[in-house]
Amino acid sequence: MADSTLPIGGAIDLTPPGEVYGTWLEQVHEWVVTVDHKKIGLMYIAYALIFLLVGGVEAILLRIQLAVPHNNFLSPEVFNRIFTMHGTTMVFLMGMPLIIGFGNYLVPLMIGARDMAFPRLNAFSFWMTSLGGLFLYYSFIGGVGLQGAGSAPDVTWWAYAPLTERAFSRGHSTDYWALALIVSGFGTIGAAVNIIATTLCMRCKGMTLFRMPLLVWLNLVVAGMILVTISPLTAAQIMLVIDRYLGGHFFDSQAGGSPVVWNHFFWIFGHPEVYVLVLPAFAIANEIIPVFSRKAIFGYPAMVAASAGIGIISLSVWAHHMFTVGMNSASNAFFVLSTGLVGVPTGIKIFNWLATMWGGKIRFATPMLFCNAFLIQFLFAGLTGIMLSVAPWNWQLHNSYFVVAHFHYVLVGAIVFCFLGGFYYWYPKMTGRMLDERLGKWHFWLFVLGFHMTFDFMHIPGLLGMPRSIYTYEPGRGWDGWNMIVSIGGFVQAVATLIFVYNLVYSYFKGPEAGPDPWDAWTLEWATASPPPDYNFASEPVVSSRRPLWDLKHPEDPDSRYE
Amino acid sequence: MSASTIPLAHGSANDGWMPYKGTVGMLSLIVAETAIFGIFVVAYVYYIGKSISGPLPRQVLDVPIFNTVCLLSSSLTIWMSERMLKKGAMGAFSLWWALTVVLGAIFLAGTALEWKKLIYKDGLTISTNLFGTTFYSLVGLHASHVIIGLTMLSIVLIFALTGKLKSEHSHQVEVLSLYWHFVDAVWVVVFTVVYIIGR
Repeated sequence: MADSTLPIGGAIDLTPPGEVYGTWLEQVHEWVVTVDHKKIGLMYIAYALIFLLVGGVEAILLRIQLAVPHNNFLSPEVFNRIFTMHGTTMVFLMGMPLIIGFGNYLVPLMIGARDMAFPRLNAFSFWMTSLGGLFLYYSFIGGVGLQGAGSAPDVTWWAYAPLTERAFSRGHSTDYWALALIVSGFGTIGAAVNIIATTLCMRCKGMTLFRMPLLVWLNLVVAGMILVTISPLTAAQIMLVIDRYLGGHFFDSQAGGSPVVWNHFFWIFGHPEVYVLVLPAFAIANEIIPVFSRKAIFGYPAMVAASAGIGIISLSVWAHHMFTVGMNSASNAFFVLSTGLVGVPTGIKIFNWLATMWGGKIRFATPMLFCNAFLIQFLFAGLTGIMLSVAPWNWQLHNSYFVVAHFHYVLVGAIVFCFLGGFYYWYPKMTGRMLDERLGKWHFWLFVLGFHMTFDFMHIPGLLGMPRSIYTYEPGRGWDGWNMIVSIGGFVQAVATLIFVYNLVYSYFKGPEAGPDPWDAWTLEWATASPPPDYNFASEPVVSSRRPLWDLKHPEDPDSRYE
Repeated sequence: MSASTIPLAHGSANDGWMPYKGTVGMLSLIVAETAIFGIFVVAYVYYIGKSISGPLPRQVLDVPIFNTVCLLSSSLTIWMSERMLKKGAMGAFSLWWALTVVLGAIFLAGTALEWKKLIYKDGLTISTNLFGTTFYSLVGLHASHVIIGLTMLSIVLIFALTGKLKSEHSHQVEVLSLYWHFVDAVWVVVFTVVYIIGR
């Protein structure tokens, strides 16, 4: 290549940027009206980061209250609101925006497209999601409820009926929960429609479906799942609003309705939802692990099939959240088996990641550290999940801290860890600067320490019978010391997170310049400048294998010869 | 050698054909809407016969044959109008399209009359009993989708009558007609569940 050391010479416009920043107001206006997938992606990610911190503060408050028995740091009413908001925030205002933000940013770049299929729908989806979330938080000031003003929802994040019916949840706190999530859900469905249309219709020349990066495949599966996952929640919440405001009887047992119907509808949403959250984490691992093992991903077709399999099977397992509700044995058995079945494609993925690393030349930069921790932690989380999927075991541990420990192990130990790895990996692309490696390692090791202090030991009070959703507990049950360790671990994680936030801000101004391809990676997003220009690629890329940049950097040994 | 392109080895596995993004987007939306309607249908079916008071379906529901024929015919008329558009016969397009709007409006009016009778004569509201709750929710959800569809169809009709719509827009019009066919298909399911199985 005559013009530069860059692998795809014509793809990058090398004219020096002559952009002139307008006034502060003009810059804000640009971001508010943008339809560019990169800016929208960054707004989603920033929104998720803010709510990660808010949800984290809520968690710290909960852990202070639970650190010692008979504590009165938080009243029971406040405790109920805080843990409801913690769960709702982390799932809907942190998790979903984070996965949609990364998907929005990366999918068009990875398929060689200029933008998403429907840019204005993209903007609309972001604003619906974000404003829905702000509406939820307005409840802290505006939600007049049973306990007077300032009533955030206090009905747990799964909001079982009949607690949520008008008679038992006076005032508007539950309405904030339902309406905020309905609004936010429209945004999520819009984003899913966009990702599907973009992936199926806007790939660059030569990129067949089986040459797409696995991240794009997983986002496609996730988008398909979102269509059939969020919709049941929206339907159930509409039913709840009808019950609360129009005198409906969907969940009203006095009129012949059944609160268990809410359980079913909610978990028909709720279980696939957690797979919606975890599959993008797999997507990130699929990109990071090969690059830092210097080896292509092992078993690409099996990974595609396993991802689709997980997506489909996960739609059939929901009632493993309801083993204690009183279904008959045949139903219980069905859900035990289907839940066990979903472990099979998941296991295939874990083995393939290990096989990718085996024989590779591993480089333990910060992204790889987070992904390796993910592998170990996700395995353990999956094992406790399989334990919980066995109905008799579940009857002992349903609604105990064992369950809380299990799902935080997945949510934090797998999902947050992978996304942190993703931050370190793609921050150079998004901002043009590298994150500081030393701070990154401090962040990683402190976070691992805090995570394990909290969530390893949390299993024990659960096994000893400590229920969830209680605002305090008696001394002398054997739970005391464990809760204290769990709480201290929370503070360690908080310190680690603050180091991360400092790194994000500091490196934006002082970090070393990244260039287009700091990690020597292989997918198309690394073929353009960092940060990419508005139009992404100066000329449409043409690919002939799964690793187009490898082909260009190694013309004597292209992947296209082997695929 | 062109620095920005890689020679395609073994030829490209696809011939570069990809579907129209509007169609894919609308089909995705239809999948999501199917899931929402599915939940309401499941609730309706589960609660059949479980009302503990109030009017029963069999006592108050008249099978809306005329309404259904109108709505399902509107699928035919919209298909006809699409054929006219592809040929460039704008006058014929507008005629068939307007007929679609009229048939949809007749369906809505029929629903409104049915509800008026149910509320004022039979005393059935959304809060009367389980049947009332599930009936008005399900049929109402469908009717609201008909309203949205009619609004969009009317906008397209205005574009056609003012000469702005051309035959090269047939892809976009096809996307809207997909939505309309979906609304009709949902009615087939709702009709079967409410007026045949549930009675």
